[in-house]
Order: sequence, then structure tokens, then C-alpha cells
Amino acid sequence: MDRALILDLRGVSYRYPGAAADALHDVSLALRAGDFHAVLGPNGSGKTTLVRVALGVVPLREGVAELLGRPAGRWSPRELARVAGVVAQREDNLFPQRVRDTVLLGRYPHLSLWGAVRPEDRAAVTRALERCDVATLADRWIWTLSGGEYQRVRVARALAQEPRLLVLDEPTASLDIRHEMELFELARGLADAEGLAVLLITHHLNLAARFADRVLLLSEGRAVAEGPPAEVLTREAAERVFEWPVTIEPFQDRPQMIPLRKRKDHA
Amino acid sequence: MRWLGLGAAAAVALALAIVLGPTHVAWSALGSSEIVRSLRLPRAILAFLVGGALGMAGAALQALVRNPLADPFLLGLSGGAGLGAVLAIALHLGGPWILPLAAFVGALAAMALVYRVGLVGGAELDPRVLILAGVAVGAFAGAVTTAIVSLASAADLRNALLWLWGGLSGASWDAVLVVCVYVPLPLGVLLAAARSLDLLALGEEPARFLGADVDRVRRRVYVAASLLTAAAVAVSGVVGFVGLIVPHAMRALWGHQHRALLPAAFVGGGTLLTLADTVARVAVAPRELPVGIVTALVGVPVFALLMRRWTAR
Repeated sequence: MDRALILDLRGVSYRYPGAAADALHDVSLALRAGDFHAVLGPNGSGKTTLVRVALGVVPLREGVAELLGRPAGRWSPRELARVAGVVAQREDNLFPQRVRDTVLLGRYPHLSLWGAVRPEDRAAVTRALERCDVATLADRWIWTLSGGEYQRVRVARALAQEPRLLVLDEPTASLDIRHEMELFELARGLADAEGLAVLLITHHLNLAARFADRVLLLSEGRAVAEGPPAEVLTREAAERVFEWPVTIEPFQDRPQMIPLRKRKDHA
Repeated sequence: MRWLGLGAAAAVALALAIVLGPTHVAWSALGSSEIVRSLRLPRAILAFLVGGALGMAGAALQALVRNPLADPFLLGLSGGAGLGAVLAIALHLGGPWILPLAAFVGALAAMALVYRVGLVGGAELDPRVLILAGVAVGAFAGAVTTAIVSLASAADLRNALLWLWGGLSGASWDAVLVVCVYVPLPLGVLLAAARSLDLLALGEEPARFLGADVDRVRRRVYVAASLLTAAAVAVSGVVGFVGLIVPHAMRALWGHQHRALLPAAFVGGGTLLTLADTVARVAVAPRELPVGIVTALVGVPVFALLMRRWTAR
């Protein structure tokens, strides 16, 4: 099977201006259509920097970052938005908006400067709303949504871009279990059914291990391991990265990490 | 329907501005009256264009700096433009065509200063700090303006004061022409940036990932808004709050898609300032109120209300 190579990072490094050390050092990643990869690591390990480098927001210090074969830095924002949908960690809502209107923003990279919204744009919005199971919310104001609903609406907006790469940066950070599971199931489904390449940044090691094809474990900007979850999530690697004693238990052929109590007499 | 209503309001405002005034002009004489032709008509048109420019600049700035309380006055643009123009008058560089350029330089300088101060918190612009910086820079520019005026010779002083507080009383067909030359380009720039402004309301990084070229849009909108403010200030002095009240009213009616909002803010701003100027001319006739006082009387309570709603959220 030879699926299209969507995102190709080879030995990329980046250092924030004025910083003493690389925020990202010699990291590689190859994402093909239909792949679901997770990027794991503690706070400040370089996960979000990886997204910025992959999408050409910041220039590379070393290495190669290519999106669909073209260097990431050579995409204009508008071109990029047609092939990559990003659900960023944070966003504001300065003005009140309805769900359908906010999803329509995903069509903007496809509209011409003076052109109006076309029927195919409205169709893409409706498809995205349905795919993310938020069609019934289309006329709601976004501030009335729950956290889980709002995240799904943001995924719908990214889908309305009709991208080939979907990047989700900690999309479940403040969600309860049901909404978190729904979002992971949605992302997995998009990779399987629509052939999207999905790159998920997350703290949730166990969920990533159950849903992702491959995981990249980052620590202080360096790749500790990259590969199928069963190979990457070893006790040694996890303890080194998270600086806490853990045990790894298999569940349905996927490794699951359980942090240990430090004092054995309480365990 | 909304456009029809707004258009009707604009027509009524313009009609009132032409019919009403300290001197009674009979209905039948409106068409041939010299007062109407060389005083009221250019003044009504000028008020409409100036108000429109301020309204549209305010609507664009609110999205750009991501603060619903932004307007050219509160961001210090008007104060900077006023200082630039008074400096030009003091240096005898006056004249209807130079004044807008001097005001433009002043507005850009004020914008740069406000922006610098707004960045104190780090790399990301803090919309709240930006407004504080704008008010501070505006006050500073106002103080320097007053200092220059008080140090100027009697003749210059009279000119500068007339211009600063005179509102639209100096309106002439020449002034209309000046505005017609300086205003269309920045209006076009803002309209072309309308969709990017929709995206910018989400924040800079989300906007970028939805295809907005954030740096370019920001530069263009700042320069365009400064130019609009400068043209407005050059022909009418410092008029506050039009750029604040009007976009809010229009957002309530049109929503937040700037492709519709920006033109609506133009027509709405024109309507408001035309009405305000009519009040300024008629209220204490035969004397005149500066139009900026009328807009401030309406604007300050609205600002207080918005401030409360915004901070309550």
C-alpha cells in the first residue's frame, strides 16, 4: 500500500529567538494519508513547537519540513489553509457568532477576494457539521455550547477547509471522559474513513496508545522514541520522560501506563 | 430590509441637514438658495463622509486589535492626527492638501507608539493594554497640541483653535474634494481585508491557520485606518466616539461579518455625524456647538455601558 506522503519532517530543529537551547532538536516524523499519529510529552517538551515547524509558522534551524513535498515555509497562509486544518490550543471569540457562521470561516481560504460564498461552500459546511455530529447545533450561539460541543465545532471548521492534514493540538485538555472519547473516536474515524492524515498533540498517553498508529514521545525537544505504541511506551522510556515510576499493562494489545505510588506501603 | 432602513435613515439625516439651520430657507427656495448650495450642502456631504470614514475605521480597528472598545479616538489616532495638523499650522505648512498628510503622519506616529506600549506584556498584543496606551497617547498628544496652540502667535492661534474646535464649520466644496481624494483608497483596502478581519477575531494564530496573512493585514488595516482618521481630522478636527458607537450598533444589526459590517458602519457613521452636526448647528443658534461635543455627549454614556457589558463577560 502506497498512500500519499502528507507531512515529512526529517531531523528538524528550532530555537526560539534569544533562547539558550533548541526547543526542538533533530526530530523526524512521516505522516501518510490515513495515518493517525500522536505526539506525546510533558509540558514544554516541544509539542506545539513541532506543529509550528511542520506548518511553516516558524523557520527551521536545521532539517527538512515538507508538506505534500513542498517546504513548509514556502506555503502562503492561504494555500496552507487549503491543505491543513488546525485546531489550535487556544482561540478567542471576540464577537458572538453562530455555529454555522464559525464553521463557514473554514471556507475562507477557498473564497476569492471579492467573491461571495458559493453553494459548494455551504455544502461543505453542512457536510462538516454532520460529520462531527453538530448539525443540530448549527443555529446555536457558540457561547451556549458545552466544552465538548465547542471542540467538535472547531474540528468541523477545520474539516470545512477540506484539508488533507488535520492537526489537533490538545483538543481534549478540559473535556470529561465522554467528550474526550468522542473526539478521539472522531479523529480515528476521519483517518480511517476519509483518509485524512491526523496529527494529534496530547497529554493523554493511554488514549494516544489506544487510538494512534504511531506515537512520537518528546522530551525537552528531543524524540525519545517514535513508532507503534507497543514499541515506544516502555516502562524505561515513560519513566525517563515523565520522571515518575510507572508500570505498563497491556489492554487489548495496546500498552497502558499506570503511574505508581512512590511509597510501597500505601500501594 | 436592514439596508433599506439604513439608507432611509441616511436620506433623512441628509435632508434634515439641508433643510434645518439658523437661517430659515423656504421649501420652494431650497434648490436655488445660496446658503444651501455653498454652506449646507457641502457641510452635509462632508459630515457624512467624515462620519463614514470614522465609523468604518472604528469597525476595522475593533477586529484588528481584538477589542470591542477600540476606535480611532480611543486608540490615540485622532489625537496624533490632531497634533500633526496643529504642528503643520504652527509651522505655516497649512493648506487643505498638506493638512491631511501632516495629520496622517501624526496618526501613524501615534499608532506606532500605542503599539509599542501595547507589546510591553510580551510578544502578544494585549488588547486591554492597547486601549490604555491609546488613551494615554491621545491625552499626551492633546496636551502637546494645547501647548503648541498656547505658544503660537495670535493669528496662528486663531487658525488652530478654529480648526481644532470648529468641527465642520469650515466645510466647503474644497474640503469635500480633499476627503473624496484621500478616502476611497483606504476604504477599498479595508473592504479587501474584510474576511481576514473576520478571522482575526479568533486570535492571531487561529487566523493564520485559516489562511489570513496576519502581518500583512495588520499593516494594511493600521495604515488605512490612520489615513481615514487623518482625512477626517484634517477637515473636521478631533471628533470622538463615532467610530465606537456606530460599529456596535451595526454589529447588533448585521452581525460580525465584516463584508457587510464595514459598509454598514460607513453609512451608519455618516448618518450619525450628519445628525450630530445638524444638532450642533441648530441647538444654540445662532451660535454653534463643536460637533465633537455632541458626539461625546452621546458617546460617553454608550462607552460606559459597553465597558460594563464587556468586563461583565
